[in-house]
Amino acid sequence: MTLTPVAPTIRSRPVYAPLEARAGHLHLIVADGEGAEAITDMLAKAPEAAGLLASAHIMYCPGPTGTDLSGSLAGLGAAQYFRAPTIPALLPRLGRVLQDTHMGTQFYLAGTEGLIGQAERAIMATGFPYNAIQKEHRGSTLRRVQCVHCKGITENVATDPFKCSHCGLSLFVRDHYSRRIAAFQGVNIDAEDPGQVPESVVRFK
Amino acid sequence: MSLDFKPGAFNDFFRDETFRDDFTYRNSPQNIRRFPFPFDRDEYMYSVNMEPHVPGRKGTVFEHIFDVDEHYVAEMIDRAKVLADDPLRCQSLPHMTLAGWDLLELIMETKAQEYPEWFSLEKNGNRWRWINRPLGIDHSFTFMDESTLPYGPFEYITRQTQGDFTLQDERDGTLWMDAGIATSQADWSVDFDVGMNFHEWHAPVPLAHDMGVFDRALKFLLKLQHGAPVRRFNWTMTVNPLLDTAPETYPKWGPTKTTLTPENLGQKQHLRVELQTLYRLPRSNAIAFDIRCYLASFEELVTVPKWGRRLHRVVRDIHPDLATYKGFIRNRPAMEAWLSKYDDGAPTSPGWWPED
Repeated sequence: MTLTPVAPTIRSRPVYAPLEARAGHLHLIVADGEGAEAITDMLAKAPEAAGLLASAHIMYCPGPTGTDLSGSLAGLGAAQYFRAPTIPALLPRLGRVLQDTHMGTQFYLAGTEGLIGQAERAIMATGFPYNAIQKEHRGSTLRRVQCVHCKGITENVATDPFKCSHCGLSLFVRDHYSRRIAAFQGVNIDAEDPGQVPESVVRFK
Repeated sequence: MSLDFKPGAFNDFFRDETFRDDFTYRNSPQNIRRFPFPFDRDEYMYSVNMEPHVPGRKGTVFEHIFDVDEHYVAEMIDRAKVLADDPLRCQSLPHMTLAGWDLLELIMETKAQEYPEWFSLEKNGNRWRWINRPLGIDHSFTFMDESTLPYGPFEYITRQTQGDFTLQDERDGTLWMDAGIATSQADWSVDFDVGMNFHEWHAPVPLAHDMGVFDRALKFLLKLQHGAPVRRFNWTMTVNPLLDTAPETYPKWGPTKTTLTPENLGQKQHLRVELQTLYRLPRSNAIAFDIRCYLASFEELVTVPKWGRRLHRVVRDIHPDLATYKGFIRNRPAMEAWLSKYDDGAPTSPGWWPED
């Protein structure tokens, strides 16, 4: 398993690159699901993995399709390791840790786009530039989508179109992506012809 | 403290009309003549088409820096309704307050100078008194002190100014749309796009990226100087004189696209023109982007024979991807058929003016 490929598309759609170990005082590593493998791959190539781990804080949760590789991270010897059951359960801890991060911190995000986007948003809120945050998309391509109509966010969207979990409208999934909302955009597909909803196709797994 | 418009704001000049429900919006005959018809030739393709925004021909929308027309009061009432329904339509990230003050100053100073009968601004140091007669506002406040305004400076002044606005912060060699108000937008979401950079918020536009349009436009805009604003046109099509064609409310207005008939098309189908102007702001170094929307029905437009001929040719020949993006691909055949009655095949003169 390697970096999940992203088909070339519009300019707001995020792109990702393999993580690489960089010099830093603190290494903040946030991952879910198959993202654990991006972390272990990065450490395997790191010239001084032991030094990095000695100043690393790893936060991990299982992925949306059930992949739980926490065993491969728990025993790495990171200064701090935390396993959360879900992304929402992970984020409060990340927020607290970010209050004390300083210059020279390295951020490594790996796994689903939902995890990467929400962690990136929390990091950006501290004033850290998003393009200095390393992000490697691995595993599930399920999407986090905001309904442009009711503003509710539906997690783990697999099909296009899909039903908004908040207002019930049928939405098609755009590649247009907002870092501030950490979501793709969903737009009503039958607005002009109410009731004429094309059959859903599984686009994200 | 609020920004209540006083009753009686309409006078002989400003029309009492609606952009919703019964859609009583119309252009007076003299206002049709000053409509900013956006096609200077019989065909359309993207271009950056920027030019200096300097006061132009008398009696046109270019006569003033900020055009105030017969729809001003009705548009501001419509904006207040949209914002009451959905406050997310106006957003300003915390670091954009200074740019908001810059814009407030630009608009107040310019309007007071260009329309002294309607607007006045008195300054005593930082104590300012702003009078907006069409809207019945007489307000003293302290410049740069937000606590003396009922809204942030950006929202306060844009609630009194026709046109959607965005404020672009400049950093990392690009522009970031970090504030915006949109109640007359052509189907883009402020709430979703605030915080994006230039290429990101333009990402959904087809064809233009590969043509290099946005690279060139950005390069041009980064060089924009204070005191030297620029302008360009954009356009789309809207059924009914609906200002607020937001993606948020698309399920409400989307079905109106299916209501056109050969009989009602001339009255219901509107050409929607955006006069876009850009200003470098002095303190923040941000760029203010004004997207001013003008609406005219096909019936109104074809009262100018040159425009009737030309609009027919543009609609008939436009690239299908553009008709799709602009949201009128389904009605294009009907529009073309209706307009063909006003195209006798005669040549048209270059330029967009109704005559000459």
